[in-house]
Amino acid sequence: MSEELKFVQTPSQTIGPFFGFALPIERGEQLVPGHRAGAIRLHGTVTDGAGEPVIDAVVEAWQADETGAISTECGVLARDGYGFTGFGRTSTNLAGAYSFTTVKPGAVGRSAPYVLITIFARGLTRHLFTRAYFPEDVDAHAGDAVLSAAGGRAGTLVSVADGDGSYRFDIRLQGENETVYLDFDA
Amino acid sequence: MTTQSEITAEIEAAEADAARRVAGGELPALQPRLDYPAYRSTGLRHPTHELMRADPEEIERVSPTFGHSDVNVLESDLTIQHAGEPIGERITVSGRVLDGEGRPVRGQLIEVWQANSAGRYVHKRDQHPAPLDPNFSGVGRAITGDDGGYRFTTIRPGPYPWLNHVNAWRPAHIHFSLFGTAFTQRLITQMYFPGDPLFALDPIYQSITDPAARARLLGHYTHDDSVPEFSLGYRWDIVLTGPRATWMEAEGSDV
Repeated sequence: MSEELKFVQTPSQTIGPFFGFALPIERGEQLVPGHRAGAIRLHGTVTDGAGEPVIDAVVEAWQADETGAISTECGVLARDGYGFTGFGRTSTNLAGAYSFTTVKPGAVGRSAPYVLITIFARGLTRHLFTRAYFPEDVDAHAGDAVLSAAGGRAGTLVSVADGDGSYRFDIRLQGENETVYLDFDA
Repeated sequence: MTTQSEITAEIEAAEADAARRVAGGELPALQPRLDYPAYRSTGLRHPTHELMRADPEEIERVSPTFGHSDVNVLESDLTIQHAGEPIGERITVSGRVLDGEGRPVRGQLIEVWQANSAGRYVHKRDQHPAPLDPNFSGVGRAITGDDGGYRFTTIRPGPYPWLNHVNAWRPAHIHFSLFGTAFTQRLITQMYFPGDPLFALDPIYQSITDPAARARLLGHYTHDDSVPEFSLGYRWDIVLTGPRATWMEAEGSDV
């Protein structure tokens, strides 16, 4: 075998401030259309250390479907109004709010069900990864490695049911109840 | 409001601090600091807790699947999106996307966006008095080839002012958004042009405190990539993180 070559990672740079004309994709917030059976809303507000809304963030979601299967279908950007591609992208609005229409993922591996969330913004020199778990999966949470490691801050990773099929997941970049962000060492 | 010389002093202090840490045995930082005071917007937006180490689960070790149903091949030419020719210096930017083991990252989406040759973005919040070019939108997309290669034809962007401090100007750059074969490889970055006099003054570029790491953001002028009577060529390779994921050949993909 050839000797292992180590290539050095390219540094990240901020997305901001003027991505608004380039990155949003049509219906990007819809991992499934809202009328699909079992559709849920996953939404929240991105706030900074002063509690002010972050109005220029991009939020991406990547998740398994209801059964825990991961989509390998080509055509993630185009939304045909029927399929599930597992990937969503949206921007925060003038209130710092974002909203996805999706399905509740099934569990993948040993972890409790969650949606992987990525946040980009002006002032973020690197994007941040976090996970949005669901409040009803109490038993599964007990065995989840990330929630266990998060200890007293684990609550920032669990969304709050706030209506029929609606879950609120607020993202705090800094300050009180600062969201737990993940480094995958990958 | 803060002056450039105050910002420059902060930049120099941060770099000296980084050099001291390396001299003290720490590894050079490959990534920008999340908390970089000279870039004022990081102040209230950087997390104050250490990022938490996590083992990626299967969903994090794979990535969305893109294909030519998503991206028209014409989208990699930013100079043909309108009826007329855009104004400015026509360039090609090409290179390869590799993972941490040097393997090509194939069939993955690259998105680019940039200012026009006058330093103006097609964005309603960009209101500085440089002209918009009716023949240039500054947005392109491509899918990497079997060798991880990509190629864009575009116009060299101009520097533009921003409001971090008095007389703040961004060095000319092109934003790149990349997906790898694992979602943990996701990257948004900026390619710069060699020899820019604004580098030392720019807190976004300098938020990467290690000089060698910063230099990885420079495209290189390569005369062999220049096309006679047409364009100047720049080359820039991008390295994503080395996936701990098992390497899988894309099956049934249309790349």
